[in-house]
This record gives sequence, C-alpha cells and structure tokens, in this order.
Amino acid sequence: MASESDGRSRGLARWLVLAIPYAWLLILFLVPFLIVIKISFSTPVIGQPPYTPTFDVSGGIGSLMASLRQLVVDNYIFLTKDALYWKSYLSSLWIAIASTFLVLLFSYPIAYGMARAPRAWQPTLVMLIILPFWTSFLIRVYAWIGILKKEGLLNQLLLWLHVINEPLTILNTNWAVYIGIIYSYMPFMILPLYAGLERLDNTLLEAASDLGCPPVRAFWQITFRLSLPAVIAGSFLVFIPVTGEFVIPDLLGGHDTLMIGKTLWDEFFSNRDWPLASAVAVVLLVLLVVPIVLFQNQEQKRAEREG
Amino acid sequence: MRTFSRFNFASVALGLTFLYVPIILLIIYSFNESKLMTVWGGWSTRWYGALLGDGAMLDAAWVTLRVAVISSTVATVLGTMAAVALVRYGRFWGRSLFSGMIYAPLVMPDVITGLSLLLLFVAMGVARGFWTIVLAHITFSMCYIAIVVQSRLVTFDKSLEEAAADLGCPPFKTFMVITLPIIAPAVVAGWMLGFTLSLDDLVIASFTTGPGATTLPMKIYSQVRLGVTPEVNAVCTILIALVATGVLVASIVSRRREQERMRAERMAAAGL
Repeated sequence: MASESDGRSRGLARWLVLAIPYAWLLILFLVPFLIVIKISFSTPVIGQPPYTPTFDVSGGIGSLMASLRQLVVDNYIFLTKDALYWKSYLSSLWIAIASTFLVLLFSYPIAYGMARAPRAWQPTLVMLIILPFWTSFLIRVYAWIGILKKEGLLNQLLLWLHVINEPLTILNTNWAVYIGIIYSYMPFMILPLYAGLERLDNTLLEAASDLGCPPVRAFWQITFRLSLPAVIAGSFLVFIPVTGEFVIPDLLGGHDTLMIGKTLWDEFFSNRDWPLASAVAVVLLVLLVVPIVLFQNQEQKRAEREG
Repeated sequence: MRTFSRFNFASVALGLTFLYVPIILLIIYSFNESKLMTVWGGWSTRWYGALLGDGAMLDAAWVTLRVAVISSTVATVLGTMAAVALVRYGRFWGRSLFSGMIYAPLVMPDVITGLSLLLLFVAMGVARGFWTIVLAHITFSMCYIAIVVQSRLVTFDKSLEEAAADLGCPPFKTFMVITLPIIAPAVVAGWMLGFTLSLDDLVIASFTTGPGATTLPMKIYSQVRLGVTPEVNAVCTILIALVATGVLVASIVSRRREQERMRAERMAAAGL
C-alpha cells in the first residue's frame, strides 16, 4: 500500500521535473512567437495596446474563420514597398556575413596559438578569453566610443605617431560597427575553435611531414579540414545574433548604417507601430530559421556524441 | 611536435591585447579628473563621489540587483530540471521540441525575444514592470543554465545513482545526496552565468519593462546616448570589478575543490 503510493508520487515527481520547464518554455517562449505572427497581421491604431486584434478565438470556429478572411497582409505589403526595409534586411545579412568571416579570420590564429601553447598555460588562456565575455556587452561596446571618436584615443595615438595628419572619422560609420562586432563576438568563435584544435591528433601532421608534405598544404588539408565542425559551430554563434544586433549599430553606427534590429527597435519605440514591428520580426525570423535549425541539429548531435 | 612558434605567441598576445585594451582604458578614464573623456586632467575619484549622489543611478542598480538575484535563482532550478530531463529521460513525447526550445534562445536576436515577450504580457493583460523583467530573464537564463548543467550531467557516472537506487534510496534523496553534490560546480557556474546575463541585458528589459522599473543597463544606455561621461565610466568600472572578482574567486575555489577531490580519489584508490 505504502509502496504503491510511493511509486505514484515518484512517477508524479519524475513527470513534474519535465513538465514544469516544458510548460514554462511553451508559455514564455513558443506562445509569444505565435502572438507576434498574429499581431503582424493586424492594423495599427492609436491607443493602448496600439493595434486592433485580428483573431477572436472566443467566438468559436465560426468567428475564427470570419476573422481569418479579414487577415491584413498590409504590413507585409508595406515591407516590400518601402525600400528602407528590404535595404535593412540586405544590409544586415551582408554585415553579418562579412563580419562572421572577419571574426573567423582573426580568431583562427588566436585559437590555433592557444591550442599549441604549453599545456600548463592553456587553462589560464581560456580563462582570459572567457573573462571579457562575463563583463557587460553594453559596457564593452560603450568603451569603443571613447576610442573611436574624432578626438578619441585612437586618433590621438595615430596623430602622435604621425601615421595620419588629420583625425579619421571612424565612429558613426560602418567601420565602427565592424570593429564593435569583431570585438564583441570574437570569444564566441575562439572558444569552439580552440576546443576543436586542441583535440587534433598531431600524429597526422607528423605523418604528412614525414611524407614530404609542405606545412602550408598540411595545414589546409589536415588541420583546417578537421577543424571545420568547430568553424561551422562558431560561425553560427556569430552570424545568427549579429543579424539581429541592435546595440552595436545603434551606439557605433551612423545614420547610413541600416540593420534590421535597429529598424525594428525604431519602429517599435519611436513610431509605436507594433504590427509593423511584428512583421519585421517575423521576416527576420524567417531569414534566421534555416541557420537556427542547422545550429540546433549540430548541437544536439554533439551533445549525443559526448553523452 | 607541438611547437609554440613565435607566430603563435604573437597572435595570442595580440588577441588578448585587443580584448583587454578597451576595458583597461575605460577603467583608467573613470579616474580622470577632467569632464572630457579625451583630455587627461589627473587622477581623481570625483566621479565615484558623484555616483553616490546620483539617486536615479542607485535606484537602477538596486532594481538590477534584485532582478538578477531572483531571476538567476529561479532559472537555476528550472534549468537544472530541464537538464536532468534531457540527459536522463531518454525518449519522450515532444523531446525535439523541448530541446529546440532550450537551444533556440541562445542564438535568438534579443529584439525578437523582447518584442514577443512584451506582446505576450500585453495579450495576457499583465501590468508591466519589475516582475515582467524577472519573467523574461528567467526564460532566457534557464536555457543557458540547462546547457551548462547538461554538459556536466553527461560526463557523470550513472552507476552511482543506480547503486543508490538499488540500495533503496528514493529518487529525490538520491538526487540531493549523490547527483547534486557532483553537478554542484556546474549549477553554481550556471547561476553565475544567469546572474551576469541578467545584469547585462538592455534590449529585453527595455521591451518588457513598465513605468517605475529602470535597470542599470537602461540607465547607462540613456546616458550614453547623451554622450560619453566619466560618471558612466565609473559605474562600468564598478560592474567590471564586481564581475571579475566573482569569476576569479569562483574559478580558484572550484580548482581547489577539484584538486582535493582528485587527492581523495587517489587516496581511496591506494586503499588508505
């Protein structure tokens, strides 16, 4: 009798361990996306909240069908008509692709050097890469304003070294955005690359050199090829969030820096057009759905391999 | 064959310099007497004094601290539960949806998460403010924590739990006595990660807040938009110092505990 109720409470506890986080994520992660999609099909009005709901589920199937017929695709039509939006999408994608490549280019030699450093140094080096990641993202971006300003520290240094004769304009241009992205996202690339390179089997390189393979070719054909999963993982970790980045283009970029995260923010906070902001978010999500799903599959496979 | 060439050394050194110089400059200029960020007017703690008199900034710091403590604590409980379910439950209905919802927030742009949560709160008629920020922060923190704890759980020997169960130990007690002490470093690291993520968040808090709840990043952001001020440098320096101290202390403690554990295992193996 006692063991039976015991077993039942065990089953219940086991069920709750899964059900509570599951329900939490369904309500606070999945349902909100459905609401965004719904509101992107509604019309803006002046008021609180500033849109008229398009669906009314309370009236049952009949009224749902009626409201489905009145779906407003105006927001999406507007997105295609106004050049600002598709230019923001294209420019975000371009900035994200170019900066992912630049981050990779700068991170690879660092991760490679870390993997070849004396074993005793490696935990400290990893710690040093992680430490800036713990300090606030906003603060790290803000620090660059004082450096890149016209009368900022970089221009002062370059003038003093006589590299340039008059100060460069870097802040509020796309250059500053690239610098900010490379700076902020480098740890996301270095850490997976280091983890991949550190595991690399050295005997392969030894064999290649014994057989007379030149080091550069051995690097391309062995080291780089074997580190490709890490390269891909790091690239996803940089590309996806950078596409929707807001803080960096807002603080370091200029008027001509178009990024979709900033456009969404302005649409929402300055123009108070919630339905249009939702439509911008839906299109951004559609752009990112393929890389996000690829990233998840890869992470799940990795978790299962290690498990 | 593992050679640490001059090129390797130079790239690591340059990389670390690039990562640290902006932070160090920011800290140095927070002690600048001059009001202008770019002119050095001598050492002074004037801006730290000004900070103590800035009531709005202190209020924002207090709000941020409370949000971070509450949200990271709840998120640690939820995230650990999610990790246990992912690692120990095998196949269950909706597993790929569940793990998808754990991994997606890691890369989801903040503007989308923030906007979608705001629209949820509006649709549910919840008054926005302190508690809606807490709910939002729990949601993204628990996913990071679940992944940190999960990576510790998969490397941990399941036979210890099975032995306890065979000896008649109830599951909850097994978890508290066997599992939790072993995964404790990951749980603590997860809590700290959740805490700093919450401390750091500007975008999601801006969307989900309401009147009366301004967090420190929101306050810093609005001041930065008005221009670089030494007072902001002073706040940032204090935040950096707090986080750096916390992370360093935690890593030293965990390294020491790891060494003790290894020594104990060696002694047990030697039959002492």
